[in-house]
Amino acid sequence: MHIEIDEIAKSFGSTTALHPVSLAIPSGALVALLGPSGSGKTTLLRILGGLEFPTSGRVLFDGQDATGLSVQERRAGFVFQSYALFRHMTVFENIAYGLRARPRRTRPPQAEIERRVTRLLELIQLPQIAKRFPSQLSGGQRQRVALARALAIEPRMLLLDEPFGALDARVRKELRQGLREIHDSTGLTTVFVTHDQDEAMELADLVVVMSMGRIEQVGRPQDIRARPATPFVREFIET
Amino acid sequence: MFDDALHPTPATAGRPAKWRPATEESRLTRILLIAAALGGLAILVVAPLAVVFAEALARGAAQAVTSLTRPEATSAIRLTLIVAAISVPVNAVFGIAAAWTITKFDFRGKAFLITLIDLPFSISPVVAGLALVLLFGTNSLIGGWLVASGFPIIFALPGIVLASIFVTFPFVARELIPVMIEQGRAEEEAALTLGASGWRAFLTVTLPNIKWALLYGVLLCNARAMGEFGAVAVVSGKIRGQTATMPITIEMLYNEYLSVAAFSLAAVLAALGLLTLALKTLLEWRHADQLAAGRRH
Ligand SMILES: Nc1ncnc2c1ncn2[C@@H]1O[C@H](COP(=O)(O)OP(=O)(O)OP(=O)(O)O)[C@@H](O)[C@H]1O
Ligand SMILES: [Mg+2]
Repeated sequence: MHIEIDEIAKSFGSTTALHPVSLAIPSGALVALLGPSGSGKTTLLRILGGLEFPTSGRVLFDGQDATGLSVQERRAGFVFQSYALFRHMTVFENIAYGLRARPRRTRPPQAEIERRVTRLLELIQLPQIAKRFPSQLSGGQRQRVALARALAIEPRMLLLDEPFGALDARVRKELRQGLREIHDSTGLTTVFVTHDQDEAMELADLVVVMSMGRIEQVGRPQDIRARPATPFVREFIET
Repeated sequence: MFDDALHPTPATAGRPAKWRPATEESRLTRILLIAAALGGLAILVVAPLAVVFAEALARGAAQAVTSLTRPEATSAIRLTLIVAAISVPVNAVFGIAAAWTITKFDFRGKAFLITLIDLPFSISPVVAGLALVLLFGTNSLIGGWLVASGFPIIFALPGIVLASIFVTFPFVARELIPVMIEQGRAEEEAALTLGASGWRAFLTVTLPNIKWALLYGVLLCNARAMGEFGAVAVVSGKIRGQTATMPITIEMLYNEYLSVAAFSLAAVLAALGLLTLALKTLLEWRHADQLAAGRRH
């Protein structure tokens, strides 16, 4: 799905989280929102997912105005920074949640739900853990379950807030590869937030560099490396 | 057993004889502290309870039971149960709503609202009762009209319920607020992005996450609602057999030197409280694994 951000601004009381920003995300792209802490990455992602309402501006999905769509209507697969798995449910129930929440008309029967959850568990390469609770999983496993849960609703796009933030270096590398593969096989338009420039450069087709609520530069990783548009970008990618 | 594994004794560890884990007190201190705790518990909690039951049975179980079957006692028990049955659910709903509003939204005057929730704890129940009398008594504007239209509040069940609700309001909210703050909004938001309605997210995500705190708050609220004396004494008018709850009936019987009757009823009230406690322990014990899973996460 093609996403267009048209002059979106957001303020919380007196703090401005986003100055008007515009950005076009081509269908099927894997995009990184890169920037230091407090630059407005999470805010922009939450506005795309419908969890936050912009102060002004519009969001367009495939050319249609989606600004007024509710969270539920947006059907964005959202992976939260701390994963936000339902702690009192098993992995199976976590992944099945979105399917069970559908209105009766479109809700798949139990056998179909089981089939889909099993397939997703295979996709994230954790077929054995369906009966465990989130507290019985490692950080990397939790992250993958959160991804499977988001994919279960057959989302129109995938939004991930610092998906690898809390993990050690080796697991990060593995999961990066996993995300790339899932993106390539599903073809979903994917936006992920990171403040790690290596991660952004290595994984993304398109990198969006942000600072203090503004977009500093948008481009392919090699172009940003070769031609930083502003002093901020140059400094940020050097460190 | 844990201590042994984690902190080898000085001799085996080859450390100087005085070495001791930083968090551990000397043996004597420990014994004194445990003795003080148990002694305090025995004097302040166990002894009074034992005395109540002993006094109730002082002239045999038959007398105690007879005193409990008198209309005065049965109506007091019925009234107390009715009052608890109304005020506890009402406060559970209010408490959830208040905790939800405070923890899930940002708005002005939040600190003031939190203070307001604590108000019933900080003012005397008697004052609360008097305030209700002033508001709804026959001499007030609303009260006069209500009495005229055959729906009196003061010296009647509605007043007793209102007083109990007021006094026990903070229990549920107080238990829920810290738990809900700690859990944050992420899980509810996740449910919404997965297509759940707000109501479904509340039922399937919020409620299961707060159920233990809720249960605890409800039990405390219940114990207090059944035991409330001051506020109810003012608004009920203490009409024997009509508006006298268990605590009030106990006081009246005691003042009339009917000690078996008074202590028998007191024993029933205490037993209701103990039952509540036993219920909580049983539930905690049966769901210990879930509790632990919820905490560890
Ligand atoms: N709910 C909120 N209320 C008030 N201010 C907020 C809120 N959410 C974000 N902000 C502010 O908006 C600005 C941008 O925050 P945002 O969370 O989008 O940054 P970020 O780029 O995701 O940072 P990080 O890398 O630390 O997660 C910050 O100044 C932050 O303090
Ligand atoms: Mg963030």
